[in-house]
Amino acid sequence: MSGATEVETASAGASADTPRPPGTLATAAAILRKDLTVELRTFETVPAMAIFTVATFVIFHFGLQRDTLSGQLAAGVLAVSLLFAAILGTNRLFVAEREQGGFDGFLLAPVDRSAMFLAKAAALFLYMAVLELVAVPAFALFAGPPRLGSALGGLVLFLALADIAFAVIGTLVSALAVHTRARDLIGPIIGLPLQIPALICFALGTGHLFTLHGSQTPPGEWLLILGLYDVVNALLAYAVFDFLLEE
Amino acid sequence: MVHALTHVVYTTPRLVRVRSACVGAIELTGLTRRFGERLVLNGLSLSVPAGASLAVLGRNGAGKTTLLRVLATLLAPHAGNVSVLGEELPRRGWAVRGRLGFLGHEPLLYRELSGRENLSYHARLHGVGPQRVEQVLAAVGMARRGDDPVRSLSRGMVQRLAVARAVLHAPEILLLDEPRSNLDPAGSELIEGLIGRPAGLTRVLTSHDPEAALAEADLVLALEGGRAAYLGAPEGIDAAQIKELYR
Repeated sequence: MSGATEVETASAGASADTPRPPGTLATAAAILRKDLTVELRTFETVPAMAIFTVATFVIFHFGLQRDTLSGQLAAGVLAVSLLFAAILGTNRLFVAEREQGGFDGFLLAPVDRSAMFLAKAAALFLYMAVLELVAVPAFALFAGPPRLGSALGGLVLFLALADIAFAVIGTLVSALAVHTRARDLIGPIIGLPLQIPALICFALGTGHLFTLHGSQTPPGEWLLILGLYDVVNALLAYAVFDFLLEE
Repeated sequence: MVHALTHVVYTTPRLVRVRSACVGAIELTGLTRRFGERLVLNGLSLSVPAGASLAVLGRNGAGKTTLLRVLATLLAPHAGNVSVLGEELPRRGWAVRGRLGFLGHEPLLYRELSGRENLSYHARLHGVGPQRVEQVLAAVGMARRGDDPVRSLSRGMVQRLAVARAVLHAPEILLLDEPRSNLDPAGSELIEGLIGRPAGLTRVLTSHDPEAALAEADLVLALEGGRAAYLGAPEGIDAAQIKELYR
């Protein structure tokens, strides 16, 4: 096909195929798919988070000079390590959008801007979930909490709810910080205090699971509070995210 | 030195024709935009009829890119009225986003993704089918290299992909910031049917090559310090005035 014919075909196709803007979920799915493809090509975020988390467990192991941790101490070590790893992921969440014009490309499209929030929060949630596939065995190895096997079901519940909090707050803070010069600093400065309630719920709830004579049932009140915290933050973030993307 | 636009419209035969189709695809009245204390656009008023091409000339920092970004809904005006395709900006920006094609200094493409993946992503955001992606890839001569990562392509190829991205959703208005930069003559010829005069679209284009810009313009806006130093037909501005503009 000659160049001129191809241009004519492109013009003809343009008039015949009237674009219909996608819905919020379809837009979010497109962004998430793009983000996951980029991550699978570059391996820039999740491996860094995993290495950081394992290194933190090693440091705690030697710093505390204990072969096994239990109760609140074990829960605290796990919670803090995962939270710092989440901050690392948060800082990288919008890097491609900022450095490669992804924001402009997105803002030029006739789509619901909240889709960006949904996609980025989903991406960070998935990064955390993959990280935890490495982090939990590493935690067992370096901290050796009692009854980890029997507590696994409850731990997964707490991890899922904590990951939602990390993802939602992380995405919101990252979007807030991305247009500033001190973005790497602003993320942790604003994000860490906002994550403290989730950290408390996670640590107190899982501390109970990691106690030698504790119940195997996850403490419902901490799950409930953590779930409510997720819902409140998700609604708040969804409501204000549009404004954060404005110049 | 500033000409009344109505005079231009009625005395330029080409514009008389397009005026009959539709008047004022772009209307600016007193457009003002600042960056901090610096006034980048200062009370700019003009009208671009549908189907006409406006060439924006001026030295670096004159406000050309800022004007394009305001029209693309990427920047909000600080004062004045901006109307694009009959919709007032920024209030009704959502209504025109899918009808604008923006080609800026950055290609708005992800380096780790291939050209085809980038265009498919933008196609999803604009609700355009996959067939159209192949059409525009072929039209810019990138079908064979469509699966190569953008980071591995030459600047000229990336620019061709950027053109494909800008016209993917069949926009009614093209906002082109130095569209032929990095393109060799063959590449420039290849994109002519998509973004040049033959495309028959309303265009606002900037260029550091005044002769080329004047050759494809119906109207010329010369910016100096954010103000219109000249606004009128290309025939009304001479080489000496252009030279003065770039000093």
